[in-house]
Amino acid sequence: MSLVGAKVLRKEDPRLLSGTGTYVDDLSPAQCAFASFVTSAEAHATIDAIDVRAALAIPGVLAVYTAADFTDYPDLPGGLPTLERPALARNTVRFVGEPVAVVVAEDRYIAADAVAAVTVSYSPLKVMTTIEDATAGDSVPLFPRHGSNVITIVPTMDDLEKELAKCHGRASLHIVNQRCAAVPIEPMAVLADWKPDGLTVWATFQAPHHLRNYLATWLDIPQMNCRVVAPDVGGGFGSKIVWYPELFIAPVISKLLRRPVKFAQTRTEAMMQMAHGRDQVHDIEVGYEKDGTIKALRLIVSQNLGAYGDPTGLGLAVLTTWMAAGAYRIPKVSTSFRTVVTNTTPVAAYRGAGRPEAAYSIERIVDQVARQTGLDPAVVRQRNFIPPSAFPYETHNEAVVYDSADFPAALAECLRIVDYDAVRAEQKARRNDPSKPLLGIGLSCWLEIAGFGPNGSLEGFGHLASWESAQVRIQPDGSAIVYSGSSPHGQGHETMLSQIASDELGISFDRIKVITGDTAAVLQGIGTMGSRGAPTAGSAVKVASSRVLTRAKRIAAHLLEAAEEDLEVVDDAFNVKGSPGKKVSWGDVAWASFQPLRIPPELQAGSLEERLFQESPNFSYPSGAYACVVEIDRETGDVTIRDMVLVDDCGTVINPLLAEGQVHGGVAQGIAQALYEGVSYDSSTGQPVTANLLDYLVPSAADLPDYKVGRTTTLCPNNPLGAKGIGESGSVGAPPAVINAIVDALSEFGVDHIDMPATPEKIWKAMKSGGNS
Amino acid sequence: MSTITRNVTVSMTINGQSITRTIDARTLLVHFIREHARLTGTHVGCDTSNCGACSIMIDGESAKSCTVLAVQADGCSITTIEGLSGPYNGMSAVQEGFRQCHGLQCGYCTPGMVMAATSLLNEIPDPSEEQIRSGLEGNLCRCTGYQMIVESVRWAVEHPAP
Ligand code: FES
Ligand code: FES
Repeated sequence: MSLVGAKVLRKEDPRLLSGTGTYVDDLSPAQCAFASFVTSAEAHATIDAIDVRAALAIPGVLAVYTAADFTDYPDLPGGLPTLERPALARNTVRFVGEPVAVVVAEDRYIAADAVAAVTVSYSPLKVMTTIEDATAGDSVPLFPRHGSNVITIVPTMDDLEKELAKCHGRASLHIVNQRCAAVPIEPMAVLADWKPDGLTVWATFQAPHHLRNYLATWLDIPQMNCRVVAPDVGGGFGSKIVWYPELFIAPVISKLLRRPVKFAQTRTEAMMQMAHGRDQVHDIEVGYEKDGTIKALRLIVSQNLGAYGDPTGLGLAVLTTWMAAGAYRIPKVSTSFRTVVTNTTPVAAYRGAGRPEAAYSIERIVDQVARQTGLDPAVVRQRNFIPPSAFPYETHNEAVVYDSADFPAALAECLRIVDYDAVRAEQKARRNDPSKPLLGIGLSCWLEIAGFGPNGSLEGFGHLASWESAQVRIQPDGSAIVYSGSSPHGQGHETMLSQIASDELGISFDRIKVITGDTAAVLQGIGTMGSRGAPTAGSAVKVASSRVLTRAKRIAAHLLEAAEEDLEVVDDAFNVKGSPGKKVSWGDVAWASFQPLRIPPELQAGSLEERLFQESPNFSYPSGAYACVVEIDRETGDVTIRDMVLVDDCGTVINPLLAEGQVHGGVAQGIAQALYEGVSYDSSTGQPVTANLLDYLVPSAADLPDYKVGRTTTLCPNNPLGAKGIGESGSVGAPPAVINAIVDALSEFGVDHIDMPATPEKIWKAMKSGGNS
Repeated sequence: MSTITRNVTVSMTINGQSITRTIDARTLLVHFIREHARLTGTHVGCDTSNCGACSIMIDGESAKSCTVLAVQADGCSITTIEGLSGPYNGMSAVQEGFRQCHGLQCGYCTPGMVMAATSLLNEIPDPSEEQIRSGLEGNLCRCTGYQMIVESVRWAVEHPAP
């Protein structure tokens, strides 16, 4: 029986449910000291002086370090050369929360006292938190060496003004995709132990091998002496693939103090120091014909990078413009973008990273076309879909060739589950009944780019690459250990990869163990991000396992004196087909594999092992059709989600339970972006006003609805599993569905658009002002 | 600026085991549990008592252990995730429900969520979906989107310990 596709319960759960998981802050080696950071209270200033004397006088304080102690070390990796970021702020601070000094103490309480005792004097500089402020005539450059706050500009060759003008009608929207915080419930934590024979760093991180590689270079030590371990990781969502200064500073302190040193971020620190996501402004315009077909699309993107240009942050707008046309066949597409630094927390990946922004704008403008033509939004979508026969479909960007999809089928399934016509009828009936709340329904036929991806097209993304590693090793008793370079943070790789290996090897699920996240065990790896686990890591395990099986079969055939073709492997044994009882167990084959005299002469002892770097020829493109039904209180503007229908196409599903979990979690974050969340700053001072979980509204169980899940399947032709990935689907697909539903509900007030988060206050104002707020 | 640390001796029972330590009087109960009793299943996810990752039981009552000083729990009986047990391979029905219904992903919120759910079922043995959702309002999960957590709790209701 195939395990791929089966609802298998997770291997991870018993330890995580019994409190015996191991997160970084759970580790406390003997003599462990605790680090805590003095962070900038100013958004933009020069540092005049740092006085650490009072801190050093506190009993239990071991040391205080500033940038002056790190002059031997290079800037942090990844940024553009002109946007240098030292490990600790040197001379200039550029956002509130930027690390300025680090104290080390016997425990975290004393460390907190010491942080409070350090005084830093600043001379304030002009603060610019928004793109407008950072590009205004009176702006000053954050990086004088770079000269301008505009870091990259990718202009368009053709603004399509002619094509747009030719169309029957034009629709345009100015869209703000607000800044969000990833908020993994485990904040950043790092433990470094520098010993004479090598460094070990435990970090809550999504890409431990990249961290190892960068750390070794930065510290100027050989990689053999630099081990990075990502143990259990308490969520990431993109925020744990950033080269945070804490990760680089902790090893240095451990070296200087000759003690293990731990840093565990508080939530308030995390809200200011962990990279944020989104923060794009779009001007989108389309030209359409009378029947709703869209002939031309223009998208102009401005990306707020925050302070410093995080390598992923710089790439977000690239992904957005790649995916600008979504699921639609639009003959002419023009995109352009610019990225701008500001005095805010750096912006990098957050679940979806550039793709939710694209999906949101195209799905909003399609609704606007429906509004202006008087057509139903479902009909406008149907008329513009790329037909299933057109795949592989080359988009406006040559790097982006959609692999496969059936958009009409997905939408049809979504409309069926939500009972679209009935909702529309109910909405009509309610229009003139002020005793009932407003009703709206919103659709989102989204698609994203995942399974990263072919090497050449990803050079700009620094650490993201196409391959993923797998190593399958049969133990002498016939159990197997699978090593994967994709280090998870909640996705369930131990289960998912065991299912794949079990199917390929014929070894039972319980006799397979998966090891990830330790550079001493796994040679190289990319990590877990960008919905790449199943398509890349899963495919690697599949191919490596099947190669091991080929050799195992040869040994089994040799032992049984049978032909390889006559063997089948079931229940941990190799059987000769049609000869009941003629069999050899996997354990016997494994044992024999280490004995030179018992294996076929052409094989070497210990050959039941395979390491593989699986590379995909192209990306994968998960897609789906979502529908959201909302009710809005006419008095308060309060939104209730009555129905949330999610039809996903992620290609091959390895484990429907895990896939559904990924969708739910992503949708929850998508709804959160649509209704609740948003990082904001006081624009005159640059002080964050959402720096804890009181002010930043992460929704609870009471705030979120039940989800109805459906599925259509088109396989990804670019990897042996046919999987497309599912991690980001929900956060890409949900926001436009929710906002389209709200705008639909508010249509009778003449409201064309409402920015996220659609708070009751915003909705109430929109109802009062008829959309002219 | 000067810092006055005052050391106090506290005693409590955690999961049936008594523990006495002399500690900095400022020590939060959650740090006492994690760093002095070395039970690291109880987690810390915030500094404003919003997330519930630190949920435990004090004398049978649900509590967020980051909002309580260790000295305030002097003489109390504490139950943490490590103290739960039951017929499902040593796990309770609530723990098993989370396993059966995929009520966890990264697992960081999970011990707190399981403790809060256990307390909820002590108070309301057969809660509706709405009661589960409002009962767990003080516990944030960033991974699951909550529906499977709600189903996990319902699983426990439907599978009372034999
Ligand atoms: S750590 Fe106690 S509520 Fe967040
Ligand atoms: S399972 Fe990750 S926060 Fe709940």
